[in-house]
Amino acid sequence: MAACARNPKDFFAGVIYIAVGLVAVWIGRDYATGTGSRMGPGYFPAVLGWLLAAFGVLSVLRSFVQDGSPIGTVAWKGLALVAGSTVLFGLLLESAGLIPALLALILVSAAASRMFRFEIRAAAGLVALLAFCALVFVKGLGVPMALLGSWFTG
Amino acid sequence: MDILANLALGFQTALGLSNLAYCLLGVFLGTAIGVLPGLGPVATIAMLLPVTIGLPPESALIMLAGIYYGAQYGGSTTAILVNLPGESSSVVTALDGYQMARQGKAGTALATAALGSFFAGTVATVLLALFAPPLADLALKFGPAEYFSLMVLGLVASIVLAQGSLLHALALIVLGLLLGLIGTDVNSGTARYTFDLPQLSDGIGFVIVAMGMFGMAEIIANLENEATRTTMVKSVTGLLPSRADLKRIVAPVLRGTALGSLLGILPGGGAMLASFAAYSMEKKVSRHPEEFGKGAIQGVAAPEAANNAGAQTSFIPMLTLGIPSNPVMALMIGAMIIQGIQPGPSVMTDQPALFWGVIVSMWVGNLFLLVLNLPLIGLWVRMIAVPYHQLYPAILVFCAIGVFSLNNSVFDIFLMAGFGVLGYVFRKLDCEPAPMLLGFILGPMMEENLRRALLISKGDPMVFASRPISAVMLVMALALLVTVLAPAVRRKREEAFQE
Repeated sequence: MAACARNPKDFFAGVIYIAVGLVAVWIGRDYATGTGSRMGPGYFPAVLGWLLAAFGVLSVLRSFVQDGSPIGTVAWKGLALVAGSTVLFGLLLESAGLIPALLALILVSAAASRMFRFEIRAAAGLVALLAFCALVFVKGLGVPMALLGSWFTG
Repeated sequence: MDILANLALGFQTALGLSNLAYCLLGVFLGTAIGVLPGLGPVATIAMLLPVTIGLPPESALIMLAGIYYGAQYGGSTTAILVNLPGESSSVVTALDGYQMARQGKAGTALATAALGSFFAGTVATVLLALFAPPLADLALKFGPAEYFSLMVLGLVASIVLAQGSLLHALALIVLGLLLGLIGTDVNSGTARYTFDLPQLSDGIGFVIVAMGMFGMAEIIANLENEATRTTMVKSVTGLLPSRADLKRIVAPVLRGTALGSLLGILPGGGAMLASFAAYSMEKKVSRHPEEFGKGAIQGVAAPEAANNAGAQTSFIPMLTLGIPSNPVMALMIGAMIIQGIQPGPSVMTDQPALFWGVIVSMWVGNLFLLVLNLPLIGLWVRMIAVPYHQLYPAILVFCAIGVFSLNNSVFDIFLMAGFGVLGYVFRKLDCEPAPMLLGFILGPMMEENLRRALLISKGDPMVFASRPISAVMLVMALALLVTVLAPAVRRKREEAFQE
């Protein structure tokens, strides 16, 4: 299917719309639809879900008729490391504390760049950023984050 | 004279010592971030929004507005000095501004941009003060049917005038509306699309969506092709334009201001469209169109005046109707909601100090930009050269901590990562994510007004057609859609965005 689409971008976008739209309708089938004058919580989501799926069908159909450019290279490494480091930060924040979580976030995400290498200036910048976050967010703005979490303090 | 009393109240609020300081801080941060590579205004405002939550509402909005036009100014600076427009509205500034810089006239170009922006900002402030009250009065008479139709019109207009595929824009609006429904339904108490997760019962914070779709996705996209940027301009001299230069920019600035103010009010208009339109108009009226693209000072003056005027008048629909015309205004509305203010026409009557204070602060902010930024140009030049690979981990840090600080919830960080991936996927598929944010903000309001309108009409959908104002707005929305779909107009539109 996807291979014969002349515009792969439209094709995949359409597939996403159809999938999300139908899932929204499927999950929303339990919500009361109500009547026209007393709309239930299921009314608007169902309308939107079908509408989205319809746009998806249009997009898929169009992808077979209209030419488009290929999707191009995907920055898999950047995608994985940037999203992964953010998740890692979330996982470590409460258990290991802010400092280790920040170290993980900064080092893992920085590794996504091809300019990434260990050097003194970058290390100094890292320390400065850690100090800035600890001072401004924890001390200054009072965001409840422990600098070192339960892993270290027991 | 009501308007004088109103402006006096505005000055009283905006010139308070703390608000003055927040305005200055916002303008400064905005310019700094606008100058730094790889951060658009939406990501910037989303990133700094959590910091403003602890402030009083008027200070928070004054600071956010300052960030917005500061970022715009910073964007023009990079456009002129390194030929890299910091954001879409300064794309055309780069055409002639960079050429001027190459000819050693960087100082003149920057000063032209600053003076043009300041003049346009002053005019737009007056326009805002003149036109906001009658519009809000009109909107106060709106019932739910009119509101629903107004939102439909706003959403449709915002995509017609924006860049990219119409089909995808429509689909993303619907997707945004759906995402906006996540959480507990206010009328029935039903938890919708929460997957039994308590963290989702209050819905998804719009800051999370904005930071993920714009901030994180931008980082991933920038990592695709890392370019190092170099400034050839090491120091900028000759900031004061000559008398002859001043003479040449008067007319373009006036024309740019007029066009920008007009286009800014339209939904979806705002700064970008204004600057593009002003540039092509200037080229048409010029007696020497061949100079454009080779360092014509008019090619800097007009679009810079227009984008600033447009940026400011786009506050009119936001402040008076509660309708966002672009993603930045969507963030402003979100900021109001976080502050506990219901956006809409009642803001002006319920919170006059906030309303007029924000308006006057825009003029004050523009004054700050003019007075502060030209002397600070050396600092900006150094910031332009900050390598992106050292910068983006820090952006990520501020996003992650900022999102966490909203609700002290780790779950929100995971959500942001998810939206980051989604934003990147949409980018790769050429789906511009801006309409999704507009839909997301308007989703709950639209459902609420639809519900009320149908409740009043006892379920008769004809209520939207039988009430005249509502019918006119729906017809306008439909007409807009049809015009864009017409082949001739479609080609023209594509041409316009090609330039």
